[in-house]
Amino acid sequence: MPDGMKNLTPRKAMLVQLWDENPIFRQVLGICSSLAVTNRLFNTLLMCAGLAWATSMSSLTASLLRNWIPQRVRIMVSVLIIAVYVIVVDIALRVFFAEVHKDIAAYVGLIVTNCIVLGRVEAFASKNKPLASLADGLGAALGYSFMLLAVATVREVLGFGTFCGLPISLGAVTLKDWMAAHNAQWVIMVMPPGAFFVLASMVWIVRAIAMRGQPAASEAKGGAA
Amino acid sequence: MTFLAQSVTSIEAGPAIGLLTILVSAALTENILLTRFLGLCPFLAISRNLKSAFGMGLAVIVVTTCTVWLNSLLYQHVLKPAEAYGVPAESLKLILFIVVIAAFVQLLEMVIERISLKLYFALGIFLPLITVNCAILGAALFMVNKGFTGLDALMYGFGCGLGWFVAIVLMAGIRWKLRKARVPAALEGPGIALIVAGIMAMAFVIFTGMIKT
Repeated sequence: MPDGMKNLTPRKAMLVQLWDENPIFRQVLGICSSLAVTNRLFNTLLMCAGLAWATSMSSLTASLLRNWIPQRVRIMVSVLIIAVYVIVVDIALRVFFAEVHKDIAAYVGLIVTNCIVLGRVEAFASKNKPLASLADGLGAALGYSFMLLAVATVREVLGFGTFCGLPISLGAVTLKDWMAAHNAQWVIMVMPPGAFFVLASMVWIVRAIAMRGQPAASEAKGGAA
Repeated sequence: MTFLAQSVTSIEAGPAIGLLTILVSAALTENILLTRFLGLCPFLAISRNLKSAFGMGLAVIVVTTCTVWLNSLLYQHVLKPAEAYGVPAESLKLILFIVVIAAFVQLLEMVIERISLKLYFALGIFLPLITVNCAILGAALFMVNKGFTGLDALMYGFGCGLGWFVAIVLMAGIRWKLRKARVPAALEGPGIALIVAGIMAMAFVIFTGMIKT
């Protein structure tokens, strides 16, 4: 795995995470805590912002402390570092977005066990310089957010007929009213199975694009880690 | 997702029925994996092989049941009372739960190693993975959200673990059959697993009718 790479420049570290090693469609990791909130774009946006903050800040912190953390308790310390930043996110959401916080509070807490956050801290920040680690964490979170926001957009538009809670205009009527009149909401999109289907389609599309011109290699990289 | 909220209202129907309702809704209608997407990473990674799926599922049942109960006791009797003295219980519960889960898993690993080497080799490799399985922490957080205490919490933890176990074992069986199927190259591995999971989630939605509202 390229995870062992050392001494990347911050810019390179971020780009690798955005495409070559994108956590979701390359590794299919870390979707656990966030997939559940993707039926509303706005909730997803807040969740992704929280995740980006937690990933980049805990990568930075873990990298700054990397020479002081004893090897034996490293994972525990990493988890505690992450938990501190997640609690900050939780408090910020409670203060600024009280309504949304009620819906997604449990999932925000679950960022702590998100494989991506701990994964970046473990695989990259524990052996790289602070700035590169910050960029690596931010890149992973952005690559991840981009996929989740795409999933959320599809689910909300097809399921509710709105975009980020705003009505979509179709000339004379809004999409939502048109859907209600024609009974055309895709209820499945709002329900949990919809998330699986949309995500699977995204993984399919992105992998098909990435695989163009190298059909023979598909066998080797077909699986999750 | 209105059906998710429905089952909560029927819980006051007497102690025995209440417990059964909690169990069934946690294991089937609100399946932690298929409706909440928790524990999806190990679910996708380990469901290729029926035997490992079984081992991982069992480990999750044991750990979820015990840690949800332990966490509920500590939350009710230590953290909640401390709130009166200015301790921010809502924020600290996250750290409490993680530490309890990590400590419990470590302890369980040592105990199993002493008691039965055979069991240790069957379950042992899955135990370290469990610390970062979000289903375990998720079950504890939802337990607090739903206000379960005592026996209810124990039953809820068991139900969550059972639901995860059922889902991963079913998935492993389906993936075993899928070996012979011709899946498009780009969809192989996690892609097709996600689609199968989606179909399973649709099947589990049907259980919603079992819980009266």
